[in-house]
Order: sequence, then structure tokens, then C-alpha cells
Amino acid sequence: MTPRLQDIAEGLGDSAVRLGRTVRFMEVCGTHTVSFYRNGLRALVPDNIRLISGPGCPVCVTAQRHIDAAIELARGPRVLIATYGDMLRVPGRSGSLESSRADGADIRVVTSALTAVDIAAECPERTVVFLAVGFETTAPATAAAVITAERRGLENFAVLMCHKRVVPAMRALLDAGETRLDGFLCPGHVSTIIGAEAYRPIVEVYCKPCVVAGFEPAQMLEGLARLVRQASREEARLENVYQAVVSDAGNAVAQRLMCQVFVKADAPWRALGEISASGLELAPAYRRFDAIERFGIALGEDDDNPACRCGEVIQGLVEPGECPLFANGCTPLSPVGPCMVSSEGTCAAWYKYNGQSAGRAAVRIGGGS
Amino acid sequence: MTATHISSRVSDRVMLAHGGGGELTSELIEAHFLPRINNPALAPLADGAIVPIGSDQSVVFTTDSYVVTPLEFPGGDIGRLAVCGTVNDLAVMGAEPLGLSLGVIMEEGLSLDVLDRVVASIARAAREARVPIVTGDTKVIERRGNEGLFLNTAGIGRLRPGLRLGTERVESGDVILFSGRIADHGLTIMSVRAGIAFDSDLRSDAAPLADLISALSASGADVKFMRDPTRGGVAGVLADMCLRSGYSIEINEAAIPISPTARHAAEMLGLDPLTVANEGKLVCVVRREDAAKAIKAMQDHPLGREAAIVGRVTDAEPPLVELRTRAGGRRIVQRPYGEELPRIC
Amino acid sequence: MCLAVPARILECQDDDALVDMQGNRLRVCRVLTPEAGPGAWVLVHAGFCIATIDESEALTTWDYLKQSYGPELAETLEPQLGTADSS
Repeated sequence: MTPRLQDIAEGLGDSAVRLGRTVRFMEVCGTHTVSFYRNGLRALVPDNIRLISGPGCPVCVTAQRHIDAAIELARGPRVLIATYGDMLRVPGRSGSLESSRADGADIRVVTSALTAVDIAAECPERTVVFLAVGFETTAPATAAAVITAERRGLENFAVLMCHKRVVPAMRALLDAGETRLDGFLCPGHVSTIIGAEAYRPIVEVYCKPCVVAGFEPAQMLEGLARLVRQASREEARLENVYQAVVSDAGNAVAQRLMCQVFVKADAPWRALGEISASGLELAPAYRRFDAIERFGIALGEDDDNPACRCGEVIQGLVEPGECPLFANGCTPLSPVGPCMVSSEGTCAAWYKYNGQSAGRAAVRIGGGS
Repeated sequence: MTATHISSRVSDRVMLAHGGGGELTSELIEAHFLPRINNPALAPLADGAIVPIGSDQSVVFTTDSYVVTPLEFPGGDIGRLAVCGTVNDLAVMGAEPLGLSLGVIMEEGLSLDVLDRVVASIARAAREARVPIVTGDTKVIERRGNEGLFLNTAGIGRLRPGLRLGTERVESGDVILFSGRIADHGLTIMSVRAGIAFDSDLRSDAAPLADLISALSASGADVKFMRDPTRGGVAGVLADMCLRSGYSIEINEAAIPISPTARHAAEMLGLDPLTVANEGKLVCVVRREDAAKAIKAMQDHPLGREAAIVGRVTDAEPPLVELRTRAGGRRIVQRPYGEELPRIC
Repeated sequence: MCLAVPARILECQDDDALVDMQGNRLRVCRVLTPEAGPGAWVLVHAGFCIATIDESEALTTWDYLKQSYGPELAETLEPQLGTADSS
């Protein structure tokens, strides 16, 4: 452990002891969840600071109806699906893109939306449908891809819009009524686009502390330490410990691009239901690139399993073991809700570790590891 | 609640992820092969089978198929993989390779230039591993839009006297060694895949390990178990060892050899280097008192210069593989689910 | 949600940039960061530069990644970082 990290960890430990009560902070971002896990940081966080994993990644919350639409599109005779690798295992009503690939669908994994545009140029006889998933970090890339396809005259390029917006989801969690959250660790990378000020309403309207942090261990522990300090002073402020990367206003170019190509829309979240203004649709000028419209797909209702309690797990109201589906029809190999779909989701982690925390023995803070 | 909510199977067809060397591969073997084909030689599901011939001698027999895309990549090609992979399966079982078979399945349309290059590479790798190709077969199938070439190699080897290997010998206090930097092969293959391609200084580590293992065994160190961490990476091997031995394993992130280039490539693709494939590396368990001897023997060999002691076996309950992270935390290391894909999240 | 890695721009052509991530060179799109030219440090996500960042922040992240390396290999990284500093 570096001396700086040790200082931060010790400071966090001391302030947690002084706090003298249990607090719950949500890390909104799946990448924070993964980074906490990969670096084993949960073992460094004092027991009375509970970390609640948010809805996970924007991919895991993709509604069943969108996966079903993607699968239906993939069955089309001259359709090719281009997608980030994350999407392959997210389950629809029956099966996933991975299993429909085994059934013969042409599904290509790409690491950039522009690669999907290039594929459209190389395969003029096929329609390339790009699965547009991700929070605002990723949405500008989709906007750029649509504009690029238009400029290159590629009418055989289309997108299935599943983008999600992060702040409306946070508001919806808080609006849901009973919540035991004491603050949010806000994701650094999405904040480069939307700007730290985007969380201002959470602080001012809901009086919940927000701290924007990056993904290195020191950043995340520092972010937690700030949240604990706010909790102990019973404050709700917006802080940014990632100022070298995240500005108050965000990336203006990316925001303009999104405004040009997208409009805000209500969107369905797996297990959380419809959330107002939490999604993006193509603006009228770009509507012809919309895969749903072009192929006349009827978006069905989500057949979300009513027994799934992911919504409450995400809010920290119940533990995974209290869900009737946990390990009983919902497993990492055959997941139902987003907490199991995400490999580091709360339920997936519980399942894998038999309810243990991600590390066996908590390392004592400053215990000279 | 309808039946669609609860499906015991992910799909009723074979998926690519079934070939990833992770949880799904095990499931495939356990559900579809072992109920129908099983016997004492197969049951351990090791890298090869030990077949006794006479009272005091045994041979090791193994087979492996190679379907890599693309056929040629920095640091190697499908031919080099086919030789190294099978030689290494023999070597980690404690055998000295005696001979390999070569099965070649070609698609109509395969370039003869490519074929010539791959065969030349097979010949070079076989010389390097000092093992002859002693039998073979060729078949041609109609064009199916693949890269056009699949290989199978089987190998036999003579069990080295004096080496006693098996997870049953592993005990608390033993140390875990890696023979060098991890993840180079899998990340190199990623770097040349369609849709993902990036330009990288990485090269596949494909290499025959028999000579390194000879050097290790000649050092006199008590080596208790060895594996070459291919699909599933070192995470797969360690998780398997933990499961079979019933002991916990603790590894130290700071000690794991990995190049900066591989670390960054993995970060960029959202992959955990511990789960990425290697084709010329050795994971071994050595008696603690012999650790220095074993490390020296490896480091004196060209394929083991960066060998390191990365962890130890413990009797902590329940048996788990735990990583002590650089940040001073701990996390559990698991076998990956299947084919690991590049992610954006 | 969003993996992003600091990288240094080696060269630009129109909207494209070739970036280096410690020996991995990737073609990315720089329309979201038009201000970033050769030599600039950027954060790369899903094939796009999403933010320009200052060098010390980038090196902090690289340093963090470096800390996950084995001890001997970490030393071999030093000269390369030195080159990046001076060019």
C-alpha cells in the first residue's frame, strides 16, 4: 500500500469511528463497483460504512423488450448486429444475443460505434444495426456514428437506442420513497461529459451528499472519506475529488452533439420500470436511423418477473438472500435481474461468495499489509 | 411465474462461450460427456492421461485442437500453438514428449502459401521442442467462411522418473510460482481480431515448456503440481487447484509478472489479466523449502527469466483463491465464465 | 459503467487520432475533444477521446496501473515515462 493510500484509509477509518453510526453510500457506477472489487477495497472500508451497488452498468439495466427487439432484428435475413461485448449475455424474454448467435444470427463485437459504421460501408447488402447502450459517457459516440453514417450516405446503418441517463435514475431511486441512502459516490467518467454540476439537484432538492471521484483506489477512498465527513457534519454538498479530469460544466462539444442528434425520452429500466426522461431517442432529423422504426418492430412489454427484488436490493432495502428467485431460478449463468446480470452486481457477488463479502478477512486499516 | 423465467440451460445449442475454458466449458463436459464417457484414466480431467505400460513405466497421452483466429499473429501462428500446446500438456503432466500426431482440416480455398508457412512453423516449433511429428492426417471440407485451417495434435510422452505430481500432494505452506509475465498471448490475439484491432508491441508467448520443466526437475526442487495456464488464464488454473486440493491459495498482486503494455491493453479492453490466456507459461506448486532452488532453475532458463514467487497455499477455510491487491485489500479470484469479451463498462 | 484509459495523442488526421497507451496504439475519434492535438493527453472510452486531461493526472493513472506490475517490470517502465515527458 502506498503511503498516500494508507493515509487516506486511516483517515477514513478514524472518521468512521467518530461517526459512530452506520451510513449507506451508493456507488452509482458499475465501474466503481468493479474497481472496489478488483482492488479489494471493501476490505479497507470500515464496517459501519456500507457500500450499496447502484443499478450496475447501463448495459445490465437494458430492458428485456430491447434485448428482445435486438434478437428479433438479428433474425432478419439481411441484418447484422454490431454491439459492445457487454451486451451479449444480457437476457431477453427467451435467450440472449449470445444464444441467438448460436442459432445463426450474425452478431459482431465491436469496441467503437464507428467500427459499426465501417462494417455498414463494407457490407452494402446488409443493414448494420448498432446496439446503442451506455450512459452519457458513451452516447456522444453513438451521436457521432449517426452523423458519420449520414455524411457517408450509409442508409444501411441503423441504431437500436438503449442509452440511459444517470441523474434521472438517481432521482428515481430517491423518489421511490423509502430509501436508506446517505449519499452518492458519483462516477468520474460519465461526469467528464455531463459535468459535476449535473448532480446539483441531488444535493439541493434531495439533500444527499454527492462526491465525484475517479477510479483509482486513492480516488475512491478519498471520495468515501468526503462522504463520511459530510455525514458527520450532517451536510449535503457537491464535491469533486476528480477535478483534474472532471469540470463543473462537462464536455460542451459532446453535449451539443447529443442535443443535435438525440432528444430526452422516458425509458424502461430492467427491474426498475419506466423512468421519466431517463433515456435518449433520435431527434426527428435523424429518426430514419432508428432500427425500431425502420424495421417496424413492435416493442413489447417487459415480462419482468414480479418476484424479482432487484429494485429493493439496489436501494439497500433487502439483501439478495431475501429475494425468492435468488439461487432459485436466478443465477449468474441464467440471470433474471440486473443485480445478477452484472458480473459484479450485488446478487452475482453474493451468489459467488456464498454471502461473504468480496474478501474473506477484512484487513485491518493500517494493519501493515 | 412462467417457465421462461427459469431455464436451466442458457441455450439449447453450443455457444462460443462453451469454448472459453471457463465455467461453461466445465458444464458442457460434465453434462454432455462425462455421463456417457468416463473411466479412471479420464476422471481426473487433467491435461493428459497417465497410462501405465508394464509394472514400472507409464506414458502420458494427450490431445488438443486449435481453431485460433486469425491464423497468424505477432509471435506465432496456429502451427506453433498446435505444437507448443500439446508439448506443454505432456510436460506439465511430468512427461518427456516422445512424438506428436498432426491432424489438419482445411477449408476449400485455403491459400497454399499460408499452409506452407504454417507447416514450416510446425516444423520449427517441433525442432525447438525436440519432438518429432510421427503421424498425421489431412482432410478438406467445403468453404464455411472461417479462416480455413484447423489443427489437432495428440502427443505421447514418457513419465519422468522422480517427479510426483498431483493436487493431492499440495499442502499448506507450499509456494506458488509463475514462470514469467502473464496475459501476452490472449491480448495479442485480441489485438488482431476483427472489430477490435489495435496495434501493439505485444507478442504471443507461445513456447514449448518441456525444456524449462527439465531444468526445474533437475534442480532437485520438490515440484508438487504444474499447469500451463492457457484458456481461462492463471485464474482458471488457481481456482481449479483450489477446488481439487481443498486448500486455499493466496497470491500477491505486486509479485505477479506482467508487462506494462499487457496491463494497459487489458485495462483498455476491460479484461482481467488473470483470466487471459497464455501459451508458454508455467504455474507450479513447490515445497516452501525448495522455492529458492526452483526460482533459480527457472530464472537460469531463457523461458523463465522473469519467474516469480507469487503466492502460497494456506489452510484457510473455506478454500478460496484470494488476491492481496497492491492497494492493500483482498479479493477472491475465480474461474471466468466463458469466452471473455472486450467491454466498455 | 464506463471504462476509460488515459492515452497520449501521437498524430492526428482530421477527426482521427492515433493514441498510445503504453505500447498499444489505437485509432480513435477526436471529435469530442477538437482542442486535443499531438502530444495531448486524453481519456479514451469506446474508441473516442472524451476529455483532455493534464499530464500529471494521466501519469497518476499510469502510475497506478504500473503499481499492479511485478517489481522488476515496474523499473523497466521508468525510462519510457521519461521519454514521454521530454518529447
